[in-house]
Amino acid sequence: MELRLLSETDTTKELSFKEVMKLEARNVNLYYGEKHALKNISMGIEANTVTAFIGPSGCGKSTFLRCFNRMNDLIDHVRITGDILIDGRNVYKSKIDVDEHRKKIGMVFQKPNPFPKSIYENVVYGLKINGVRDKHILDETVERSLKQAALWEEVKDDLKKSALSLSGGQQQRLCIARAMAVEPSVILMDEPASALDPISTSKIEDLIYELKSKYTIVIVTHNMQQAARISDKTAFFYLGELIEYNQTVTMFTNPHKEQTQNYITGRFG
Amino acid sequence: MLKIKEKAIEGFLIFCSLVTVFTTLGIIIVLATETIGFFKQVSFIEFFTGTEWTPLFANKKFGILPLVCGTLLTTLIAISVALPLGLTIAIYLNEYAHQKFTAIVKPVLEILAAVPTVVYGFFALTFVTPLLQSFIPNLSGFNALSAGLVMGVMIIPYISSLSEDALRAVPKSLREAAYGMGSTKLQTAFRVMVPAASSGIVVSVILAISRAIGETMIVAVAAGQEPKLTFNPLTSVETITTYIVQVSMGDVPRNSLEYSTIFSAGMALFIFTFVLNNISFWIKKKFQQRYE
Amino acid sequence: MSSSQKNKLKNLIFKGFAIACTSVGLIVLVVLLYVVFSQGLSRIDFDFLNNLPSRNAERAGIYTALLGMVWVLVLTVLISFPIGMGAGIYLQEYGKKNFFNNFIEVNISNLAGVPSIIYGILGLELFGRLLGLGNSILAGSLTLSLLILPLIIVSTREAIKAVPPSLREASYGLGATKWQTVWHVVLPSAFGGIMTGLILAISRAIGETAPLIVVGALVYVPFVPESPMDEFTVLPIQIFNWVTRPQAGFVTNAAAAIIILLTFTFMMNGIAVIIRNRYNKRTKF
Repeated sequence: MELRLLSETDTTKELSFKEVMKLEARNVNLYYGEKHALKNISMGIEANTVTAFIGPSGCGKSTFLRCFNRMNDLIDHVRITGDILIDGRNVYKSKIDVDEHRKKIGMVFQKPNPFPKSIYENVVYGLKINGVRDKHILDETVERSLKQAALWEEVKDDLKKSALSLSGGQQQRLCIARAMAVEPSVILMDEPASALDPISTSKIEDLIYELKSKYTIVIVTHNMQQAARISDKTAFFYLGELIEYNQTVTMFTNPHKEQTQNYITGRFG
Repeated sequence: MLKIKEKAIEGFLIFCSLVTVFTTLGIIIVLATETIGFFKQVSFIEFFTGTEWTPLFANKKFGILPLVCGTLLTTLIAISVALPLGLTIAIYLNEYAHQKFTAIVKPVLEILAAVPTVVYGFFALTFVTPLLQSFIPNLSGFNALSAGLVMGVMIIPYISSLSEDALRAVPKSLREAAYGMGSTKLQTAFRVMVPAASSGIVVSVILAISRAIGETMIVAVAAGQEPKLTFNPLTSVETITTYIVQVSMGDVPRNSLEYSTIFSAGMALFIFTFVLNNISFWIKKKFQQRYE
Repeated sequence: MSSSQKNKLKNLIFKGFAIACTSVGLIVLVVLLYVVFSQGLSRIDFDFLNNLPSRNAERAGIYTALLGMVWVLVLTVLISFPIGMGAGIYLQEYGKKNFFNNFIEVNISNLAGVPSIIYGILGLELFGRLLGLGNSILAGSLTLSLLILPLIIVSTREAIKAVPPSLREASYGLGATKWQTVWHVVLPSAFGGIMTGLILAISRAIGETAPLIVVGALVYVPFVPESPMDEFTVLPIQIFNWVTRPQAGFVTNAAAAIIILLTFTFMMNGIAVIIRNRYNKRTKF
């Protein structure tokens, strides 16, 4: 397995003060009841990049990811302080409609969770709840999304088949297609390949690389090689804190913090 | 627009949930107001300690003890059938039985629980009573024994399924410890499993008793309509529930004292079952934590 | 006999005893069905189903009781299903862990244990007298609806609880509202379980006698009900009436009517079980 060294082939933009980050966190703290799960996290993510969140289990990376689309609202006794901004708008403070907000951000979960409906119905779900009924638009969207997710060729002959009859890897690509059908600008992925076999994993990694040009992607992963393969920047979390956040190449060849070094070389985690 | 629809739907759903609260309030208010009216005319002492219940006769007596007695007698008989059988079945299913056995027994028990009670009443009156009469000559046509026995069979599923749940909730480690020391299944069941599941089993018995107390049709058909202060199962008795049916079917004028006996009897019934049910909930809550 | 031999013997005796106990249930069921069928099967013919009740046992039929049953059933379904499902959905999907919802849950547990005849008393006063519905089909249906409401609520909750959280997350992640998620994802997945619960609740309602007697369902109804405000009788009450008559012909009638009632009851329970099994097989998440 080769490490794709991204910095040689991609241009990483220099950040100027005037540029607005696509996603930004400022002094974010999160509490599960008494437990202080996220400690003062601040970071910015540029548009059209792939950012990887890495760290040992329980370090808060998934929790932080879910802050961006306010999925933590679904859990009782969660309290968040600080700011989360998307396209410069504060996601928690301004009067935004949570449901509308979530439509702009796609999420792919660790275990594939297609609805027990047909492949077609899964992909158009996001559109239907928005009141889109036009069959042309729906058909078009299904084809486009499934092609983007590299699943079209495999399922195009029978879109009415139940989504549950697909393999794990196919189901996960279906979930990606479903997320993309509503054309979000950001896609959040919470360990999308951890439940899949190596071949499916590799297909999904290729997919992420392809999608980068159109979407901003944040991916939580346990797999450091994966992070090194596909991300532009990597953030290392430990015990609820953001320890280091840098270009992926730098993180893996010359980390600044000792903890990062220890994690990457496998001393713990 | 969508937000309004969401709120309206949530409002409807909350209303649906509140219907249950209104039901309880309704029951309490209806029973209480009429009972208060009843006690304006009948003294507490007569009601609670009187030994004759004859509201529909010329010489009216309002002592509820005969009805309570009838209820208790039939319930006692029912439980003395249901408890040993139900508990044994639960233990057997939990400790001994194979898949095939369970696959037959479970549906049978479900069916027993699903048969309408008036059918059981028919069975008690037309089959069980004549059968018993063939070897108990002085058994009267309506009696507490037949009704109690049939009621007992009807309640077996209550005790067996709840007790089985309780036994299943006992951690495997206890059972393994017992077997590890060479206990037989019987010893494990009675010395380890049953004591460990005792709170759940007690709950099942209490709920079964509550069910028996509230049962109407079996006793209305087979136990008789003569309120008697007796513990003789061979004679006819009347339960609280049968009395309520009896009055409802009659021509008692709406606002009369006789009419209000429906409610005072109903109140007594409600209080019995309410207390029993809540005792069982309390026991369940208190002892469930042990294995959480 | 050594101690371990004694123990093994006791074990064996218990096994025998347990099988005997289990047989009691089975035997009673078989005997009951035999008694009912042997007495009543011959009595069932088209006339029996089609005739009005009569003081003459041979001429009496269950027509009005059947119709009354259908009327009551339909109305009870229409009233109790939406309310019961609504409450179940609210408590399971919307309710937070606060005092209010906890109180409602405890209340429902209590209601499930209230004797059915008490519901009859409630119906008598609340629907019959206060709302002026008298002893009509509507009053009876409302009463039965309250009676089976706890059953419907509990089974709806159980069915909804079985839907994996991951499906809800997927829906919320796509920006669906709570109700959209419930309607498009949760309820379709929970459908089988909810249906099973509804059918079992209705099967229970069919067999209820006491609450309807108290509400005022008549024991002798020689006419066909034509509106929800009409007086009525149902099959269990007709059976009750006949069982209490001394003439032998009525006992036969009662047996025949019981066969009809049991057929309905077992059919519904059977359907519920089939749905439950198919549903369990299908949704292996």
